Formats: sequence, C-alpha cells, structure tokens
Amino acid sequence: MQTIVAGLCGLVFGAGLAISGMTNPGKVLAFLDVSGAWDPTLALVMAGALGTTAAGFALVRVRVRPWLAETFALPTRRDLDRDLLGGALLFGVGWGLVGLCPGPALANLSRPSGEILVFVGSMLAGVALHRLLWTRRSAQNSSRVHPGSLAEIPSPQ
Amino acid sequence: MISADFTPLAGLAGGVLIGLASAALMLANGRVAGVSGILGGSLRPGPGDLGWRVTFLVGLPLGAGVVHAFDPAGHGFAITSQLGVLVAGGLLVGFGTQLGSGCTSGHGVCGLARGSPRSLAATATFMLTAAVTVFVVRHLLGGS
Repeated sequence: MQTIVAGLCGLVFGAGLAISGMTNPGKVLAFLDVSGAWDPTLALVMAGALGTTAAGFALVRVRVRPWLAETFALPTRRDLDRDLLGGALLFGVGWGLVGLCPGPALANLSRPSGEILVFVGSMLAGVALHRLLWTRRSAQNSSRVHPGSLAEIPSPQ
Repeated sequence: MISADFTPLAGLAGGVLIGLASAALMLANGRVAGVSGILGGSLRPGPGDLGWRVTFLVGLPLGAGVVHAFDPAGHGFAITSQLGVLVAGGLLVGFGTQLGSGCTSGHGVCGLARGSPRSLAATATFMLTAAVTVFVVRHLLGGS
C-alpha cells in the first residue's frame, strides 16, 4: 500500500512539475537570471507548493503516526555544518549551469533526449560518487552520523 | 523587467499539486518528498525500503508524460547546454544534493514548510549560487 501511495504521489508531483513549466530548464534559468528578462514563475510554484505542504504538515503535528507507516521519518538536526552548506553551494552551481534540479531532470525522462540522458546519467554518477566517498570517510571515522541522506536521520529503518 | 513568458496561474497550480503530493507522502507514509533523498536512498536501501522509492521516482516522468500528452504544444523545452556543461552540471547536482542532504524539493519545499533552519540555510545557499552561476555564464562569459 505504501508503495502504491508513493507511486501516486510521484505521479502528482511530476504532473505538477510539468504544469508549472519547471520541467523546462529555460524557464528555471529565466527565474535565476534576475538581471535579464525575469520570469518569476518559479517563485509562484514555490509559494503554491510551500503553502499546501505547510497546511499538510500542520496535520502531521497533531497526529501520532502516519496513516500507513509506524513513524514520521522527520529530520531532527538543526545545526548548520560544512557538508550542508558546501553541498548546497555545489548543487546551486550545477542547477545554474543547466537549469535542471533532480525532480525535473527525472520528470523529463518522459521525453528522453540525448541531453536529458547525459544529464541524468551524470547526476546518478554524482550520487554514486558521494556514496563512494562517504563510505570511505565513514570507514575512517565510524562515529560520524550519516550526513548524506535527505532525511537527515541516521539510518532510515 | 518581467519576461513575457511569466505564467503565474500555471505556476501556482503546479505548485499546489507538488505540495499536495508532498503533504500526502508525509501524512500517509511518513516520508519527506525530497527527490534527491529518495533517489540517494534507493541506491542503498534498507530492508523493505526500496519499493516506495522506485514507484515515487517512476511516477515523476509518468505524471509529467500525462501532462505533456494532453498539451504537447504548451510544454516545449530546449536544453541549450553543451555536452561538457551537461556532464559537469549533472555531477554537481548529484554530488551536491547528497552532500547537502537535499534539493529544491526536500529543502526548498518540505524543509521550509517545516521551518527547518538547515533547509532555510541550504535553500538560500543554492538559490544564491545558482543565480550567481547564471549571471557569470550569461552576462560575464556571454554564453547561454
């Protein structure tokens, strides 16, 4: 059941990316290019998504557990560290170079071009490279908490 | 100067759908709808942790594909980057989102909606470096 719900969520998420135009790198770059002909659409996508998500998360606060799972897997860390900011910095440079972040990159596999395949392949290589380096680093310092997963929790399940 | 391509209503509507999907994944499965986190976790899944990640990730192009099928003319796009830029950009996005524990969806939507200080710092950082990158590429180097 969790698998089906996650698939439906992915479907709606992907549809939202396409409807909003965020699967179009040109539109994203036109938002990031504040000194050119500025396209503020991305700000409205963020506003719509943030408002709706925040309303949903308000329900999370009054619930003990999710409908289909045992616990809410919410990140608990609040400190800023070098990995967080350095990673965000690198991600921003990559995002600014091409105009694709992970969601739209994967959504664009619906119309795979050579460019999309190269980008997604390189993105996966970047993920794998981080995995490789992190495994090495954590082997050297086994007490370190996993910094890499989005849900900043030590180990999901 | 505001671009003629500004589409506020479609942006808002798409954003609400993204928000609904993010809220539903948290309320039903207790999971953050962060694409980079779901992707990264699928490469090193725990027991019983792979299925939902795969269906979510496969859902993304399916959902986008449905929209494109209904309105093929309205969603054209062109990637103008050259091969080397595509590879560098992909590597930076993949590596950076794993090191920084999230991307536009995980930090920018879910994290900000929870009021996470880490997500606020990350979102401010990647928005700034992305804007600076675009400025350098377009206006200093003269590329597109």
